[in-house]
Amino acid sequence: MDFLVPILAAAVRSGTPILYATLGEILTERSGVLNLGIEGLMLMGALSGFIVTHATGNPWIGVIAAFLVGIAIAVIHAFLCVTVGANQVVSGLAITMFGTGASSLLGRGMIGETVVGFSRIPVPYLSKIPVLGTILFNHDPLVYLSYGLVAFLTWFIFYTRPGLNLRAVGESPKVVDAMGLSASKLRYFYTLVGGGLASVGGAYMSLAYTKMWGNGMTAGRGWIAVALVIFAIWHPARAVLGAYLFGGVGAMQLRIQAAGTSFPAPLLMMMPYFLTIIVLVVISIQKGRGILLGSPGSLGVPYSREERG
Amino acid sequence: MRYRILFKKRYNSTFLFEGFLSLLSVIAALFFAGIALKLFGVSPVRAYAAMFRGALGSWYGVGEVIVKAIPLIIAGVAVALAFRMKIWNIGAEGQIYIGALAATAAVRFLSTGNQFVMLSTMVAAAFLGGGIWGYLAGFLKARWNVNEIITTLMLNYIAIHLVEYFIYGPWRDPSSLGFPMTAPFPASARLPQFFDSRVHMGIFAAILLIMAFRLVIRWTRWGFEIRAIGDNPKAARYAGIRYGRNILLLMFMSGAIAGVAGMVEISGLQGRLQHGFSPGYGYTAIIVAWLARLNPWGILIVAFFMGVLLVGGDTLQIVMRLPVASVQVIQGCILFAVLASEFIRNYRIQIVKRERE
Amino acid sequence: MKSRNDRYLAVMKGIEKSFVGVNANEGIDFDLRSGEVHTLLGENGAGKSTLMNILSGLYTPENGSITIDGEKKTFKSPRDAIDSGIGMVHQHFMLVPTQTVWENVALGLKGLPFVLRKREIISNVLAIQDRYGIHVDPLAPIWQLSIGEQQRVAILKMLYRKADILILDEPTAVLIPQETRALFATIRQMVAEEHGVIFISHKLDEVLDISDRITILRKGRKVATIPVENATKESLAEMMVGRKVVFQIDKTLQNPGRVVLEAKDLTVRGPRGRISVNGFSIEVRQREILGLAGVSGNGQEELCDSLAGLRKPEVGSILIDGVPLEGEPARTFQRRGVSYIPADRLGTGLVTGMNIRENIALRKFWRKEFTRFHIFVHWENIAGRTGQLVERYGVLNPGLGYPARMLSGGNLQKLMLARELSDDPRAVIAVQPTWGLDVSATQFVRETLLEQRDRGAAILLVSDDLEEILSMSDRVAVIHNGRLMGLVENPDRVTEEQMGLMMAGTRLDEFSPQDHESGKSPGKAVPENHEIQDPL
Repeated sequence: MDFLVPILAAAVRSGTPILYATLGEILTERSGVLNLGIEGLMLMGALSGFIVTHATGNPWIGVIAAFLVGIAIAVIHAFLCVTVGANQVVSGLAITMFGTGASSLLGRGMIGETVVGFSRIPVPYLSKIPVLGTILFNHDPLVYLSYGLVAFLTWFIFYTRPGLNLRAVGESPKVVDAMGLSASKLRYFYTLVGGGLASVGGAYMSLAYTKMWGNGMTAGRGWIAVALVIFAIWHPARAVLGAYLFGGVGAMQLRIQAAGTSFPAPLLMMMPYFLTIIVLVVISIQKGRGILLGSPGSLGVPYSREERG
Repeated sequence: MRYRILFKKRYNSTFLFEGFLSLLSVIAALFFAGIALKLFGVSPVRAYAAMFRGALGSWYGVGEVIVKAIPLIIAGVAVALAFRMKIWNIGAEGQIYIGALAATAAVRFLSTGNQFVMLSTMVAAAFLGGGIWGYLAGFLKARWNVNEIITTLMLNYIAIHLVEYFIYGPWRDPSSLGFPMTAPFPASARLPQFFDSRVHMGIFAAILLIMAFRLVIRWTRWGFEIRAIGDNPKAARYAGIRYGRNILLLMFMSGAIAGVAGMVEISGLQGRLQHGFSPGYGYTAIIVAWLARLNPWGILIVAFFMGVLLVGGDTLQIVMRLPVASVQVIQGCILFAVLASEFIRNYRIQIVKRERE
Repeated sequence: MKSRNDRYLAVMKGIEKSFVGVNANEGIDFDLRSGEVHTLLGENGAGKSTLMNILSGLYTPENGSITIDGEKKTFKSPRDAIDSGIGMVHQHFMLVPTQTVWENVALGLKGLPFVLRKREIISNVLAIQDRYGIHVDPLAPIWQLSIGEQQRVAILKMLYRKADILILDEPTAVLIPQETRALFATIRQMVAEEHGVIFISHKLDEVLDISDRITILRKGRKVATIPVENATKESLAEMMVGRKVVFQIDKTLQNPGRVVLEAKDLTVRGPRGRISVNGFSIEVRQREILGLAGVSGNGQEELCDSLAGLRKPEVGSILIDGVPLEGEPARTFQRRGVSYIPADRLGTGLVTGMNIRENIALRKFWRKEFTRFHIFVHWENIAGRTGQLVERYGVLNPGLGYPARMLSGGNLQKLMLARELSDDPRAVIAVQPTWGLDVSATQFVRETLLEQRDRGAAILLVSDDLEEILSMSDRVAVIHNGRLMGLVENPDRVTEEQMGLMMAGTRLDEFSPQDHESGKSPGKAVPENHEIQDPL
């Protein structure tokens, strides 16, 4: 137990950036848009959060900046996918390329700098709960914010009017359109918000996790988030499970390395990627057997009204 | 009297029109990338001039462009082949790495002084290695419908770490002073280079593959099956074309070709397996394929263009101390522009008078 | 008995709309009074749906005016039309399949609070259900409902929005006769409450039954608007098609031969792993058309897919000329002479992005005469063959190198017939072969199928159009929920009523035809899940 608790606590911390990104992608995909640009968005978020925090000294302003930068980049994706009706896979890849390139171009003066960033604030009373308190309530505020976000999104998607519209537009944009709502506006909105959240996930990396900036520092977490959306079957609560699972694997891998075992580091570093594939296979088998529902019906399919025109 | 702008769907487009659109989108992309560079505090005029001079201002530069174009053409064909069937093989990068790894294994364990035998063995190993790497994702897709975008991507990371394991560990050259690389290959394992430049025999492999790609897609039964599945998988299934089997074969071939790109790169250029020998050729190949609209000769042209960008990027690094990533910004912009041009491709814009009310 | 009101709910004047080269609506005038059923009659492609999509705000007209309740309107989106009290029930119901009935009703409702009040919506839904006599479980997800039930949800949605003008686009196409009567009762209730109903159909008997006035469209133009009293079936048909129409299908008597296509205790799984075909057995003989009737979505697609070798059956066997073929690849079925005309022409039968030659090649390219050195496609031979076929079947085309998507609906179907029927198939599986075609194309398809029958092919004709089934078939089978409900040896001896009962899930052997003819409705014949109001 004494060995497990710190690992679980570390799992929450290192799972949080993935969680933000996954939640963002869940919103985007629920609206019917596939965004494969998460990795690029996270990197841009990590960098912009870092730069702004470095300049202002206030990590909250950094997070807000990252959110806005994420939205700004997601506009490109939304324009190409919703207005132009272009291929969403390629557009997402382009976002990732652009984000990766732009972040290392812009961040060239930031390498080696550090920020104070977010610090750990134990929640009064709750953190005193044995075991659970240490695992869940002895972190930085962004972690607590993510708890709230999960609860809010679950409620939002399944119990509110805009949530109903969101679920409908990803499934059948045509119906949404015929019922007098704008499918395009909905898709724009959730692509932007989703991009913003992914970007915040990146900012967590540079403001709370490492408190540094490094080229390509998200190391594939954006892609893992895309995979986790499938694992989560587009449900925010299940995303938590997946994100912490991957956080745990990452944390374990660091610990094993630190313990100085002779196991080669590159092989250890493969673990999360392996795990992603395994998780995906398990989910796909279940989907094939009809145990789990599939993806939103119109995911990745552009919509335009006058089809015959 | 009023005027209205109508967007009418366009049903057919000519090869020339497509080429024109690609050119137009590249120009637009360079313009927008210029704005982006400007915003990032880099003078676009100076940057483009430096890139142009570096890439095309000397015979050495031109040679380097060809050198970069070779793996891009080969990997571009690999990616385009998969995209033709709408299978999103994003894993060319990993397949390149595994191809190189397998070729290196051939050098280590099946070494011979006969250059022809050695090179053939290396090609075969790379073909098989990359093929298996692609097949893995294909198998998961065919068997359980696992999303191939994510699996191929994850396999990229795994492949890169696997190569790192070997070059940091058992295969590291003891005399490399700690650098992560294998010992240099013997002369028999090197593709010959020409005219005092670094351009190597791989160029023939690249052109051969382009021609084979065209032949397969246009004239063979398999090519017809690939196109049918790519256009309409339901109709293809109805036509009795076996989806699963085609995915397996296609992903094997796609991976195998990308694997050969890896072998060509280390045998023709680097002469050893070393850390980061592919600066993202597998990802750039995706742009090559898409910008070429999956057209064989288009791949050739676009690969050279990308070669210019990459060589120019190296120059930027040296002359203006910019990270190579600047090139990725331009690449991203090019993809954006190509995608946006689809609007022009799909719609005919008409301005009509309307007289009656 | 019907109230004749002079209040005009909607007036459309001079409506024009065109799609790539086709004038879908050319200067059409149309109006609707309160308390009436006004029918729009016309062939497929006459412009009925286009006109109604304009009225419901989905399309913007190029010219013309719309006046709703005396007020001139321009609809920029469906929202504007809904706000003006117009509700359209589309042919493909506008419902979100993964959501429940009440959620579908709530979607896009004006003035809904941020947090959904599920109970309030459900109780409102139930109130409307009682008032109009349409019942469906508000908590059921749409994908679990039958097509008839889904239609009720679509109507419910519009009534919830207090739509004054209800547009029903081909509502009876997917219903069994009993459900149609229930629908008509609902329509009469709505009209009695001063709603106006626009009814779109091409089934003349129904049109005469339910309408107050009828407007006939032909090729995008209005032919006439007449009160129902002045209309007869013949005159309507003539106005609709533009010439005299013979309702008779010339069918010669044939002696069926040996069994060609046979299914034994077939069980097939469909999407989501559900059992779609359940212990189904059927025999189709040489020189006969076996009609398979049923409401679409009852396993027809899965059954036909498996008979054509495209879907492996879970249990059971499929025999072609006595040879068991289940589990064999689809190409073996093709080699054995099984042709398949799927319902979904554009999505399954043809590749619209490929040219005409390639579409002919689609199910033939692997044959010896079209192959060179085993691996190459012999495009010259394919081109030659395509030329012949296009000529023989009269496929109007801009050129063999043009993509198939440039062909019209009728020509697409001819192209498919050309491919599927040209090599003297042993068995033909034809699903909804005339769906969406105009009268002349329909006639061509039916004649071609009869020719094939007379030549000696075994034909399985699947359709949800009862009239088509009864007039074309030598024998008729009925499918419900993946099971065989009965096999009628002589289609002339069965009433639409009885067919409807079977389509709703009653086995033929559960009621004796005599009972029914004498007017007694057998108690056990009413199926569990369907509220069918028996008018007898």
